[in-house]
Amino acid sequence: MLEIANLSKVYKTGDKALIEVDLSVPKGQIMGLIGPSGAGKSTLIRCINRLVEPTSGKVLLGDVDLVQLSNRSLRSQRRRIGMIFQEYSLIERLTVMENVLSGRLGYVPFWRSWTRRFPSQDIQRAYQLLDRVGLLEHCDKRADALSGGQRQRVGIARALTQGPELLLVDEPTASLDPKTSRQIMRLLTEICTERNLPAIVNIHDVPLAQQFMQRIVGLRAGKIVFDGHPKALNEETLTAIYGEEDWNPSREEAEL
Amino acid sequence: MSEISHYSQLWHHRTPRTRLLMWIGWLALIALFVWCWQLMNRETIWFFVADAPRQAADIGNRMWPPRWEYLPELLMPLWDTINIATIGTIGGVVIAVPVAFLAASNTTPSARFLRPIALFIIVTSRSINALIWALLLVAIIGPGLLAGMVAIALRSIGFVGKLLYEAIEEIDPLQVEAVTATGAGRAQIINYGIIPQIMPAFWGISVFRWDINIRESTILGLVGAGGIGLKLQGSLNTLAWGQVTVILLLILCTVVVSEWISAKLRHAII
Amino acid sequence: MRPSDAYPNYWRKPPQILTHRQWRIGIQLAILAYLILAGASIEVDWQRVAMGLERGQRFIMGFLQPDFSSRWRDISQGLIESLTMTLTSTVIGVIISVPIGIGAARNLTPRPVYLVCRGIIAVSRALQEIIIAIFFVAMFGFGPFAGFLTLSFATIGFLAKLLADDIEEIEPGQADAIRATGATWWQLINYAVQPQVMPRLIGLSLYRLDINFRESAVIGIVGAGGIGATLNTAIDRYEYDSAGAILLTIIVIVMLAEYGSGYIRKLVQ
Repeated sequence: MLEIANLSKVYKTGDKALIEVDLSVPKGQIMGLIGPSGAGKSTLIRCINRLVEPTSGKVLLGDVDLVQLSNRSLRSQRRRIGMIFQEYSLIERLTVMENVLSGRLGYVPFWRSWTRRFPSQDIQRAYQLLDRVGLLEHCDKRADALSGGQRQRVGIARALTQGPELLLVDEPTASLDPKTSRQIMRLLTEICTERNLPAIVNIHDVPLAQQFMQRIVGLRAGKIVFDGHPKALNEETLTAIYGEEDWNPSREEAEL
Repeated sequence: MSEISHYSQLWHHRTPRTRLLMWIGWLALIALFVWCWQLMNRETIWFFVADAPRQAADIGNRMWPPRWEYLPELLMPLWDTINIATIGTIGGVVIAVPVAFLAASNTTPSARFLRPIALFIIVTSRSINALIWALLLVAIIGPGLLAGMVAIALRSIGFVGKLLYEAIEEIDPLQVEAVTATGAGRAQIINYGIIPQIMPAFWGISVFRWDINIRESTILGLVGAGGIGLKLQGSLNTLAWGQVTVILLLILCTVVVSEWISAKLRHAII
Repeated sequence: MRPSDAYPNYWRKPPQILTHRQWRIGIQLAILAYLILAGASIEVDWQRVAMGLERGQRFIMGFLQPDFSSRWRDISQGLIESLTMTLTSTVIGVIISVPIGIGAARNLTPRPVYLVCRGIIAVSRALQEIIIAIFFVAMFGFGPFAGFLTLSFATIGFLAKLLADDIEEIEPGQADAIRATGATWWQLINYAVQPQVMPRLIGLSLYRLDINFRESAVIGIVGAGGIGATLNTAIDRYEYDSAGAILLTIIVIVMLAEYGSGYIRKLVQ
């Protein structure tokens, strides 16, 4: 489904964030991306929908190379990629419904989005998704009136409204407490399975990644240093990803 | 370092060098002040200055009691003044919004060409007082309310534009990123990602400027741009000091009321 | 999961500010009525405006091709008056506003002093510079001396108020700590208040210097000296190229003052 080949990103400052990364994600696979801060996780997923412009390489979604696209066609390709953010990135001062409908912005003409008159099937779909994430009765509340977990649910609903073929998820639980984190991860994986959606999930909580991911890719200093089943993560591979550290306590927790 | 005598006997707040610089700075300021004072007063006639208390007493006598019968005549000009301020503010805000978007570094379509132009418009408008704009406009389009409104609008562009573009530059970029990721177009990104974030600032700034504009529009009549200032000018020219008192008191009331309204409105917004 | 057509296909954003329907409609109607009435109050003499367009064009040309030379004597005289009165009035204004500002701080002064100082501030702030200038010109005669007094008076109201508000907001802990050492009132001011308020006072003085220059360009219109008088004459004589030159000078000086004061403020803090 998604093919990344030789992808590199060098920032203006000269920092090499990604060095010739090759990665492929098949349909329906939920892949966790782990690695220390600054390893390039966030850059990698932002290079896929070109919120960050890659320096070189290929990003094939289906058979479209996203790197080569002009701005206009990039916009229509971005509709195929749903994104979920660490700080939820909701439009705080708009209602929950407007936030969910904003997922349709790539499909509707400007006047519809300006007057908030979205097509009726978009509205039905938005209601359906709000029901799916359990927020139907909150649809007219302002986003900043919701709790963290609820906001992330709105973020998920917004990404799904796009009707995406791929989900990019950037640290979805970094701002949430452990229980809510698990609820959100469960919801995400259920939805991906329901829809046979592939997802790339940036995550720095290793136990959480092992609990919910089907595959783990470890990134270190812009290079992939691990790629395999969550069970294959052990002291040795964690050291390869994060560097020398006593991993045992965290391993025990993970087995609980 | 066991001997205490090693330390200086005197404790100083600053190092000698900075103290010296500070003294030089203060001396320079005093010298500059004296020089300016002499330059300014080259043509001052000190006899008139000495005479001022007598003049003040004289004016005070003429101003009191206020000529209250004059009040009804002032109501129409007061209405005009409020209209100048309100419509002028609306006009200024309408122009200031696109200027602010051109001037904000995160929304400007061209940082090299359009942004400097927008910034220049803002600086020009801010540097020149509404009364000077009115002076110019009365000369160009003739005396009347229109000149006053346009003057207020021109002065408001810079004020609203500056505060608004600073607000645009301070928005949360993550929300914009999220809207961009959905495949939204440029106008949609502004509509969903930016406008909701700057709305409170926008209303606050506009109401604040309206309050200032009420104050400024009371005097635009001095140069012929309509409103209660015309009456002030007329009364001053005919030395009708009793009427001047009434006008000033009315202006004072208007300003207090508009300040109260603007405080209430801003409180309601935030 | 229910099929999507089981859900409503209609959604309108609920009103956010005025949630009560009648109020909302009422207020919208009131605004509309006001705009119509206010619009009707403008009487425009279109013939005069059409005539003005040509003048407006000449003014814009004058702005683009300013003429500094033919009125240079008047311009430089006006500028000198403006600049000198800006500086002297700011200095005097600051010097006077410091005691008044301290007097108007509730946490430092007895009630009667507080009321008197707040009264002075209120009077100074309520009256606009131009109105004060009219009175000072009537009392002290034409020229920059009246302008100097006007700006000084306005500076007092502006600075003393901000200073007093600042002092009222200083951390009480620090003042108490100094009081606890048995310090006198003067020592209290010197040790607890001054260090906290000083940088801000310098910043505000520079800001006021900037405002005073702008105002000095205005009060000349009523005879209080400065570049405003020159500008008034130029516009009265329809010499738009000289007027353009004066306006450009004002803009440039304001810009320089803004950058300069920003620089000095950074240096001080």
